[in-house]
Amino acid sequence: MDRAETAAKIAALIEPFNKKGVAITDASTFAGDLEFDSLTVMDFVAAIEDEFDIIISMNQQAEIENYGQLIDAVVKLQD
Amino acid sequence: MTDLFSKFDPLIEMRANLLASGVEDPFGLVMERVISPTVAVCNGRETILLGTYNYMGMTFDPDVISAGKQALDDFGAGTTGSRVLNGTYAGHRAVEDALKDFYGMDHAMVFSTGYQANLGIISTVAGKGDYIVLDIDSHASIWDGCKMGDAEVVPFKHNDITAMEKRLKRIPEGAGKLVVLEGVYSMLGDIAPLKEMIAVARKYGAMVLVDEAHSMGFIGPNGRGVAEDQGVLDQVDFVIGTFSKSVGTVGGFCVSNHPKFEILRLVCRPYVFTASLPPSVVATASTSIRKLMHAGNKRAHLWENSRTLHKGLRDKGFQLGTEEPQSAIIAVIMPDLERGAAMWEALLHEGLYVNLARPPATPAGMTLLRCSLCAEHSAEQVQTIIGMFERAGKAVGII
Repeated sequence: MDRAETAAKIAALIEPFNKKGVAITDASTFAGDLEFDSLTVMDFVAAIEDEFDIIISMNQQAEIENYGQLIDAVVKLQD
Repeated sequence: MTDLFSKFDPLIEMRANLLASGVEDPFGLVMERVISPTVAVCNGRETILLGTYNYMGMTFDPDVISAGKQALDDFGAGTTGSRVLNGTYAGHRAVEDALKDFYGMDHAMVFSTGYQANLGIISTVAGKGDYIVLDIDSHASIWDGCKMGDAEVVPFKHNDITAMEKRLKRIPEGAGKLVVLEGVYSMLGDIAPLKEMIAVARKYGAMVLVDEAHSMGFIGPNGRGVAEDQGVLDQVDFVIGTFSKSVGTVGGFCVSNHPKFEILRLVCRPYVFTASLPPSVVATASTSIRKLMHAGNKRAHLWENSRTLHKGLRDKGFQLGTEEPQSAIIAVIMPDLERGAAMWEALLHEGLYVNLARPPATPAGMTLLRCSLCAEHSAEQVQTIIGMFERAGKAVGII
């Protein structure tokens, strides 16, 4: 799956978690802009893992601060 | 002023605001005198203790105390040494033997605290390149052990068997796997479906560690914990436990049937690089553990207390952490931190101590008043406690 296709799927997945309707760009941060708390992160990560059949360990999550980095990581993890 | 402490500013402010409202400091309580496992003088008031994890009331057991005094006389105040150098006395071996007998297992390793037992075993067993699959509500000592060992850490939703299986299934072939579970989760007092979860872990070839800190002594036919109660203790590779709850002193341990278990004594850093427990502590622990093997009546009374308190609080209109009492912990859910702290203080003024638990220690950002019952609470004390909750709850406007 290429980056555009992956990005489109993630855009659909994040919608129910984006409760404040923040306009998301690649630079949007999860903790800051989207105000995700730890439980939201867990549920959102689980949704992505299930969609792409991958594991994003907490060690990997620690490296992912913004939306663009998440898409890149998911593209890479599908290889 | 900005320095390394600036990151604590939000917490400092939250604490200042709480204390400015005039509430007694929930995290600054001093017990001036301890009268029994269930009563102490706190901040000048005689207080019923309902938040100590002293489940079996062994802290003042006469046999336990006399064993400790004898060890102080015979072996001195402390060992001043590591377990692998000059810090293993006869008493350390004796308490490990008591644990092997208690659990019916081949090996036992005693640490200086329960925190260090989780830290040491998890970080040593699961290292770089291995995977740890664990419940999101795991205790801090489990998370810290994961971090220290540098394994890949994969959490799943609390007690969710399907979520756990999905993650195990996706782990790359050939990678080492450790599943970490708890028998009783101490925040809400709920138990884990260990039978089903351990079967799934085994199916994917994972080793299994279960923390039974909050079940030892009273859950399971022999008090060995939730895994024993659900008939799957033989499927558990490592049981982690503590002396600071039912056993009534301090220390931690791991018991196991793994044939290579003893090598951990040489490679587990939180075991090697710290002083061993004082002789008096291991003597009290041995005596207490051996008495817990024959504590059927006390166990039955503890369960009676747990059921009575759960029903009593629920009938008064409090919201509780579990539908049915599953352990000796009853968690009363508060609407927010402010009213939780006010309720905590109102209870203290009534003469009752409970734990105030707040985020981030609690799941889902909840504020809880956590009650832990003791086998030494009398039936009358439990009724007194229910009355105190009712008066305090009405005064604070929670019920």
